[in-house]
Order: sequence, then structure tokens, then C-alpha cells
Amino acid sequence: MELDAKVPDGPVAEKWTNYKFDRKLVNPSNRRKYDIIVVGTGLAGGAAAATLGEQGYRVKAFTFHDSARRAHSIAAQGGINAAKNYKGDGDSVHRLFYDTVKGGDFRSREANVYRLAEESVRIIDQATAQGVPFAREYGGLLDNRSFGGAQVSRTFYARGQTGQQLLLGVYQQLARQVGLGNVELHNRTELVDVVVVDGRAAGIVVRDLLTGEISSHSAHAVVLATGGYSNAFFLSTNAMACNVTAAWRAHRKGAAFANPCYTQIHPTCIPQSDDFQSKLTLMSESLRNDGRIWCPKDPDDARPPEQIPEDDRDYYLERRYPSFGNLAPRDIASRAAKIVVDEGKGVGPLKNGVYLDFADAIGRLGEATITERYGNLFEMYERITDESPYRQPMRIYPALHYTMGGLWVDYELMTTVPGLYAAGEANFSDHGANRLGASALMQGLADGYFVLPNTISNYLAPQLGTRPVPTDHPEFAAAELAARERFDGYLAIGGTRSPDSFHQELGKIMWDYCGMERTRQGLEKALSEIPALHEEFRKDLLVTGSGRDTNQTLEKAGRVDDFFELAQVTCLDALTREESCGGHFRAEHQTDEGEAERDDEHFAHVAAWEWTGDPAAPTRHVEPLEFESVALAVRSYK
Amino acid sequence: MTELSLTLKIWRQAGPDQPGAFDTIAAPGINDEMSFLEMLDVVNERLINEGKDAVVFDHDCREGICGTCSLMINGQAHGPQKGTATCQLHMRKFADGQEIVIEPWRATAFPVIKDLMVDRSTFDRIVESGGYITAETGGASDANLTPIPKPVAEAAMDAAACIGCGACVAACPNSAANLFTAAKVSHLNLLPQGQAERFSRVEAMVDTMEDFFGSCTNHGECQEACPKEISIDFIAMMNKDYLKSKFKNRRTLSRT
Repeated sequence: MELDAKVPDGPVAEKWTNYKFDRKLVNPSNRRKYDIIVVGTGLAGGAAAATLGEQGYRVKAFTFHDSARRAHSIAAQGGINAAKNYKGDGDSVHRLFYDTVKGGDFRSREANVYRLAEESVRIIDQATAQGVPFAREYGGLLDNRSFGGAQVSRTFYARGQTGQQLLLGVYQQLARQVGLGNVELHNRTELVDVVVVDGRAAGIVVRDLLTGEISSHSAHAVVLATGGYSNAFFLSTNAMACNVTAAWRAHRKGAAFANPCYTQIHPTCIPQSDDFQSKLTLMSESLRNDGRIWCPKDPDDARPPEQIPEDDRDYYLERRYPSFGNLAPRDIASRAAKIVVDEGKGVGPLKNGVYLDFADAIGRLGEATITERYGNLFEMYERITDESPYRQPMRIYPALHYTMGGLWVDYELMTTVPGLYAAGEANFSDHGANRLGASALMQGLADGYFVLPNTISNYLAPQLGTRPVPTDHPEFAAAELAARERFDGYLAIGGTRSPDSFHQELGKIMWDYCGMERTRQGLEKALSEIPALHEEFRKDLLVTGSGRDTNQTLEKAGRVDDFFELAQVTCLDALTREESCGGHFRAEHQTDEGEAERDDEHFAHVAAWEWTGDPAAPTRHVEPLEFESVALAVRSYK
Repeated sequence: MTELSLTLKIWRQAGPDQPGAFDTIAAPGINDEMSFLEMLDVVNERLINEGKDAVVFDHDCREGICGTCSLMINGQAHGPQKGTATCQLHMRKFADGQEIVIEPWRATAFPVIKDLMVDRSTFDRIVESGGYITAETGGASDANLTPIPKPVAEAAMDAAACIGCGACVAACPNSAANLFTAAKVSHLNLLPQGQAERFSRVEAMVDTMEDFFGSCTNHGECQEACPKEISIDFIAMMNKDYLKSKFKNRRTLSRT
């Protein structure tokens, strides 16, 4: 397998412009001769499907939700970055590019990140034109806030519902195309396999979630925009249905999977309260604009927070990182919280959290301003915990949130399978080893609105006059048969344990050994436990009901099965990356002060794994990362 | 933490054309810190372990934002807590020994798929008919070119907060979708960007809505049930624009 990133020539600031001129085009009247499949209708998939439909291609879009408005992009709270420099505080495309490369701990591809920063500006224009109600100043111009890892205000927001409003913008664009007949939308339909014929993506096999029917769809190109894999850890901030199946099925058909060990732990989630918990809830990073994070200095301090005097509190982020303080990037803030909780200074009934305190901000700005900024987040917190953040500090703890790793893609967002593209969180491309806050919405929309619609024609143009592979081709028939056997197989095991019980156990192994801090010993243990548990899953799974109607237990079984295989390559990737960078922290590789220690000499590269048929023994390939515009440096937020 | 022992009466229905009935399920040992859907997860785990079919219900984000979850709980859409979607409802709102009746949304336009899951795709048809601003990718002007007064942006955001869950329809004695439709119409019609299609939008969306849903008779139940507390004032705004559209969308359009 060869990893050719196809980065265009020229200085970093001119690559994208040059590329757009040099690529092959499809003339508008010829576009209707091409079929494109888009899987997933979140920010990346929905935007790609709508835009390709507008351009005149025939698009088929697939979502496992009941409507294209439900994808988990909707839950993003805080905002979206853009290098608009509306605040005149020194922001620029180059600064957003630099912050993102540095924030990613120098493990991303420069050219992709620069393009992302360039397109960020147009995203805000596009979303505003669609009617996304971004927050405004009294003069009517757009407002901004700050997010972690940046010293400028460049985050646009719509109350605490930025993801919702951006996704509804995408959904409305898509709905218009559906109404016009340019996009054919298949809801409640899940991808179960990717079909490759003669080395090219030929189409997909899907399962109708209401009838269990398996069917095939073919096209000239296939786009996967199916999100991340945080749910491999069972407890995460992801929605319940988020899964890795689409990406994993593509991987099994030849698409390399890059940097799976780059998983992001978000520092501000509501701590787990008991074993029954099904997911963790995020409290937006934007809260760190006004909230101060602290824990008691004395592990045995049992006083309620308001009775602990200033001198007995440790504002550990402000102490360790004076210049970024409470807005230190996510990986750093998460690890700092883990350190104090591990020292026994955790707060709350299970001593598994730290305080995020708004008392100072309420005193300085008044309760009304705080309500305007964070009202809905405070309400959500109170509903879940029965505690009011206006009266007592929030309790927060890190949780799995986002996965920077994903399908390997070149500059055009094409995977190692020609004609198969990956966009949004499903690919690995822009965030390196750590994603900065408010950058996920930016990347999803950049990929969907501006990157894919420009790069896909380069692949399609030479195919003018060809037809998609017919769905009665033997490769489709074989994939359909395999899918039917797979789902019938889960039902036939007749064991004693539900898919959820296996998922929970897998998640615990991953969190314990491949979570915030990883060691060689722990990862080796995980790599011996996961295959054993997977074997037990194959023998002792219990799925009730039938495969011929709606069966959520059966859907879950398929997703958990794929998580088992992904979990192994994630641990293997973490084991072989003998350095600490961003969200990947190996206890063996840290400085005397406990900071991550990169090894640029040996690991300034992307690790992309190739499926070999044995989930325990994939082949590791390397794409070297070259830094021409940004000097490799120790990432300091002090 | 307190443990609750509950009796659940859950609607079970094998398919769209099958008859349905209530199934009484005992749910002892429920931790009151659980969310309502976590309680159902626990019940489903127990059902699976007994070899029975799990109860089918729609859910996803569990943060009250995706709008996938539903459920009539003791006759109230999204249950007893005001301004709260089912996924954000917690068991501390219920008492030990209580009987809880759980049903799907009841509306002709939302046929039951299975158990507690319904088909809400008629909402998508309404949006497809005009719930957008035509702004194809690539041609947008600078976002700060048109200042939008803060109160206008705020009012549009109040309407745009709709999560499309369908509680308004389920709560309405007429199964009307006026609050859902009005929220989208008002979000877009309030903004300067939405003016070009203001009257064609409202006419198309209202006409499509009426193909599927009942009519509004101002009961106000929708506003009470809405997990985002969207105001029925938006229905009045929609009605006003709809009335105007009947004049403006005709020949006079070119002369306004």
C-alpha cells in the first residue's frame, strides 16, 4: 500500500488556489450523468450532499436516523472558529493555521490545515446567508467568544446551540435539494458494507432498519461522512447510535485507518454518577471563558465548596499555565484534572470531579449576563445533577469526546480506495493529535461545502460516459450474502449476554488501558483481553427478536462487533507510537513536569493501518509529515 | 440516591398494521438519579436477559437537542417536567410505587412503526416544501455586510431552537403541526436574508402542513408540551404572513 498524500506544489498559502485551477472539471450539463453516494447527513455529509446536488450531480444520501436533521453534529454547543478577524485582535488565516497545527501537537498535514483555515472564512458567510442565527452585538454585527488554545476571539456561536443551528442550516439546504429531486434521501438505512470492484469503490450495501432488508446501491463515487468512534469506549459524549461500522467496513475493504490512538478526552463533562449510566454529557468548553477550575488543596477537605477559603483552593490550570489559564487546550486541561483526582483531591460524592466555578464571573458581570451566555447549559446541568451552577460550582471531569483518527485520506479527501472519500470526523486529516475547541464544526463544513465539491470532479471527469457497476455484479451479491449471514448469525448464537453488556465491558478495558494515560503494560493487557472478550461475544451473545423488522438490539450487535476490531488497532497504534503527543499520552514519555514528550525524530509521521484479515495483526504504514511553514516546537501554554 | 419500585404500562405494537396493547412490566430497583431513558435501558436489559424482545423507542443524543426521543408519559408529551425532553427527564421526578403509562406519539400523521417508535417524516415534507433560504454554496456575501439588530436575531433564534421532536403535534387535540411549522417559518421570515422568499415560503409550508395535519384551534397545548418552550406567538406571525401571501404571491407581487 502506498500513501501518496498528493499535496499540491507551491507555498502553503497558494496550494489550494493552485489545486482548484489545476484539477479536472465536469461541465455543468454533464454532471447529471454521474451518481454519487453520500453516507451520513451530519455537517460534512449533509453539506456535501446538498452542494453536490446544487452543482447538478445525482446524489443518493443515506442516514440511519429518522430524519437528516438528527446527526450528532447537532449536539455541538460552543461554536465554530473562523479567521474573520472581526474583532481586530490580530487574527488571520495564517494564525488560525498556526494555532491548529500547534494545537494538534505538530501531527497534522500542513497543507490540509491551511486549506481549512482559508475556507473557515467562507463558512461563516455561507451559514449566515442560509439564515443561521449567530449571536450578534447590539450594533447588529456578529459576536465572537474565545476558545481553548487561542489568544484571539474567533469563535462564532448561536447561544449554546451552535451545532444545532449549523446542522439545521445544512439540513435545510439538503431538504431543498430533496424537494427539487436532485438528492434521493434514504432515512433509517444503515451502511453494512462497502463494495469495491476492480480496485475502485463501486457502491454500498445497506440494511433497512425497519424491515431488515439488505440492498445494494452503486455510484461513480462514494463519500463516507459517518462520524467518529468515541463510543468504542462505551461511555462518551457521543450520541447513543454513533458507531464506527461504515468506516470499519471500508477499512476491511482496503481503506487504511490512520492514527486511531488519537482520541480526544474533553475536560468538561458531568462526572459519571453510577454504573447504569448510558452516556456522559458535555458541558461546553465556552464555559471556561468565565468559569474557574479548581480543587481543594487538601484531599481530606470535606467542606462544601463555598466554605473553602481562597487559600485552601488550588486553581491548578491558572497556576500551571498562567498565560492560557482556564483556556488551556483540551488534552492539557484533561490531564491536569486527572492528576488532581488521582491525588485524591476529587470532589463530589464519588470524588471523581473538579469544580468549575462561576462565582467570580457572576460577581463581576451579574447573573443576567451569565444567563444570557450560558443559560441553557446551566439548565441542562441542573436537570441532570439537581444542583444549580448559579449557587454552587459545577462538578466536571474529562470524558471521551472526539476522535482525531479515522480513515486515511489524501489532500483530495480520497481514501486509499479510489473513488471512496471520507469527510468530517470520519477522516483523520486536519486535527493532528488533538483538536482545538470549535474546530470540528469548521472542519465538517469545510469538507462538505468547499473541499469535496471541488476535489471530486478530478476523479469523476475521466469517467465521463461510463455507467456505475450494476448492483447485480457478483461483488454486490457476495457482500449482500455476507451481510445477511452476519445479521442472521447474531440472532442464531442464542447465548446469555446482551450486546450492551459486552459493549460496557469493552469500554471499560479501553478507558482503563487506552484512555487518558497509556502504558506499554496496560496496552499489552488490553490487547490480550479484547480478543478474548470478542471471542466470548461470538459464542455467548444474546439478541432477541427477529431480523425482519425493527430490532435495535440487533443493530447494536453489529456495531459492537465492529468496535471490537477497531479497539484492537487503536491499542496497537497507541502501543507502537512510543511518544506522547496531544490526546495520546504515554506515561513512559513525559517531561519532569509531567508534560507530554514528543519524539519528532521517530514519530513525526501519520501511522496508517492496513487490514490483513486478522484484527490483531494489521500492517502499519507511514506517511512522513513535513513542516515547511511551521517550525516544530515544544508546545507550551505556560 | 433513592431506589424506586415502579409499575410500567408500556404500549407494545408489533408493526404499523398490527393491533397494539399495553404491557405491564414491573420495574423494581430504579435509581432515582437515572434519566427516564436510562430507566428504559435497564428495563430492556432485563427483558433481553429473560429472552424477550426489548421495547423499541427512538432516542439518540440524550442531551435534549437532537429531537429523536419522544414518548407520552402519563398522558403528557415528554413527561411532567416543563421545558424538558424525555431524555433529560430524571427519575427523581417520580415517586416510589408509582404507575407510569408510556405511549408513542398519537397522531394520524405520525403512524406507529413499532412499540413506541413513530414515523415523523411528514415534518421533513414540510421543510422540503419551503423551510429554507435559497443560498447555494459559494455565492454568499461577507457575513457582516448586513447588520441584523440583536432583538431580531434573538427572536429568530428563539424560533430556530425547535428540535423537531413532534411533541407539539402529540399534545394537540387536533394533531396540528402549527407550532413546528410556525417556528421554521418565523425563524426564516424574521431575518433579512429570508425576505426574498418570505411569502412563497409561508404559503408552501402551510399548504403542505395541511395535507397531513389537523387544524389549529388555539388550545395552546403545544406551547406547554414544547421541550424548548417555543411560544405560540410564532403561530400568530405565521398566520399573518400566510394571509398576506394570499395577496402578495399573486400578480401584485411584482408591484410591492
